[in-house]
Amino acid sequence: MKPLRRLLDRIAPQFEEGGKWKKAYPLWEALDSFLYTPGIRTSSGPHIRDGNDMKRTMVTVVVALIPCTLFAWFNTGFQEMQALDPSIAGPAQVDWIAAILKGLGVFLPLYIVTVAVGGALETLFAVVRKHEINEGFLVTSLLFPLILPPTLPLWQVGLGIAFGVVLGKEVFGGTGMNILNPALTGRIFLYFAYPARMSGDGVWTASPESWADGYSGATPLARFYSEGSASLETLDWWDSFWGFIPGSLGETCVAACLLGAAILVFTKVGSWRIMLSCVLGLVGTTLLFNALAPDPGHYLAIPWEWQLVTGGFAFGAVFMATDPVSAAQTRTGMWIYGALIGALTVMVRVLNPAYPEGMMLAIIFMNIFAPVIDHYVVRANIRRRERRLGLQ
Amino acid sequence: MELVNIALKAIFVENMALAFFLGMCSFLAVSKKVDTAMGLGLAVIVVLGITVPLNNLIKNCLLDLGALTWLLGDQAADIDLSFLGLIAYISTIAAVVQIVEMAIDKFSPALYATLGVFVPLIAVNCAILGGSMFMAQRDYTFAESAVYGVSSGVGWWMAILALAAIREKLRYSNVPPSLRGLGITFITTGLMSLGFMIFAGIQL
Repeated sequence: MKPLRRLLDRIAPQFEEGGKWKKAYPLWEALDSFLYTPGIRTSSGPHIRDGNDMKRTMVTVVVALIPCTLFAWFNTGFQEMQALDPSIAGPAQVDWIAAILKGLGVFLPLYIVTVAVGGALETLFAVVRKHEINEGFLVTSLLFPLILPPTLPLWQVGLGIAFGVVLGKEVFGGTGMNILNPALTGRIFLYFAYPARMSGDGVWTASPESWADGYSGATPLARFYSEGSASLETLDWWDSFWGFIPGSLGETCVAACLLGAAILVFTKVGSWRIMLSCVLGLVGTTLLFNALAPDPGHYLAIPWEWQLVTGGFAFGAVFMATDPVSAAQTRTGMWIYGALIGALTVMVRVLNPAYPEGMMLAIIFMNIFAPVIDHYVVRANIRRRERRLGLQ
Repeated sequence: MELVNIALKAIFVENMALAFFLGMCSFLAVSKKVDTAMGLGLAVIVVLGITVPLNNLIKNCLLDLGALTWLLGDQAADIDLSFLGLIAYISTIAAVVQIVEMAIDKFSPALYATLGVFVPLIAVNCAILGGSMFMAQRDYTFAESAVYGVSSGVGWWMAILALAAIREKLRYSNVPPSLRGLGITFITTGLMSLGFMIFAGIQL
């Protein structure tokens, strides 16, 4: 590794003040700090809210995302094989290597377009506005393809990440200063702009024309809505838990999300309060709806253990809701924020026939209200302490 | 149940600020601090909660076709004054705003100091007039219009409170100089209404 370090050091003066390439300094800086631990400390925004080193935080999230990513490769291939050949009953009957290669064929184009378009815009802003290219983009660019349906056209992928990076993040000043999660902003934009490519039964696995007879392509959530709780008889809970179901690339496997959650909680990068309160909010609201269900076959009667393992709930609760920038930052605020995300998720799933999946929408909605929650939690704390000191 | 429906719809699905973009001038102007936003939001709830049912009474007892029969007898059965609707609603709103302003001045001078010129601004706030116009268009009964008035105010209050808290947080952000102030606020409002689309299509 020594020669590489020497090379970087030798070209460094070209990029520093007065050098020939000083406009491209962010590029050199990004390359250098991706490869080596820099000797300087973070000097911009995120310090205000978070004392942790940005680089380590972001790389931890990337590591925590690895199980989901690996599983996404396999499941995408597996779903495609199953759609083409209904005689495949379970994941044990396919060639894992072939499935993973097939999945990589879907994932890599999505990922490359995301990194190319998002990275180019990020670099452009960094050069013009003279800030660093932040490791945060590594996380955004990995999260974004994982929450997309595998059949999304590549130009829409580019458009989505461009919207997310520019309007979700860069216009607010870059990493650590945004109000909404940039990856989610991009996804929500696509969701409302091109609903036909983002939802429905036909988008989760290879093109519908090539499907074998009898394959429906519907996600369990869509089936809950159309068939009520009768659909539970033909679904297997463990399939949902391990993630062998159709869905967005990386969100299906709850086990991989739990592994990611363990990494995030252990390293204290993600807040366990938000994750736990999301689950509690979801379970509580589901129980309430279960009590309201007119008959046991109704879709209101879908039990909570199913709501937990379907759709993007686990992925959202672990990786999206805990985003330290856009989530609530006070501890009491985190509980309120998470619980409302869980509650809203079920509400949208159950009450809004237009959107079978509510998790991503619920997180964006609560991102908007996180600053208010924080404001009043801080205010209440100030009042309590004033009272304790007899100032009031 | 019908009333709960109207309330939820007015707060979330058809949010005055973020779905119809009504009342934008004060929404953008008075959202720099959470405390003032809170005051203005509450004032809007009060004013909407009073003017919409009041206008409903005026509409049903004076303006509609044949509404005057209780006063003039059968000869008024074909009198239709609904063309006066706009003028009547605006005058009611202007009068109520004056009264609310005097009441705030009397009971909460601190709030009056912070709201300053913005309370009279409510008189020309299109969210207030919009509330009455929607009420007339949708033929609400008195109870429905009272619920609708209060809850559309609550929706507007929620929106301005969220925007104000976001703008306080944005003070730590490094927004491009050309976007500072109103520019970034418009973008934020757009993103917020994207978030509020979560409720679009909910059938209650």
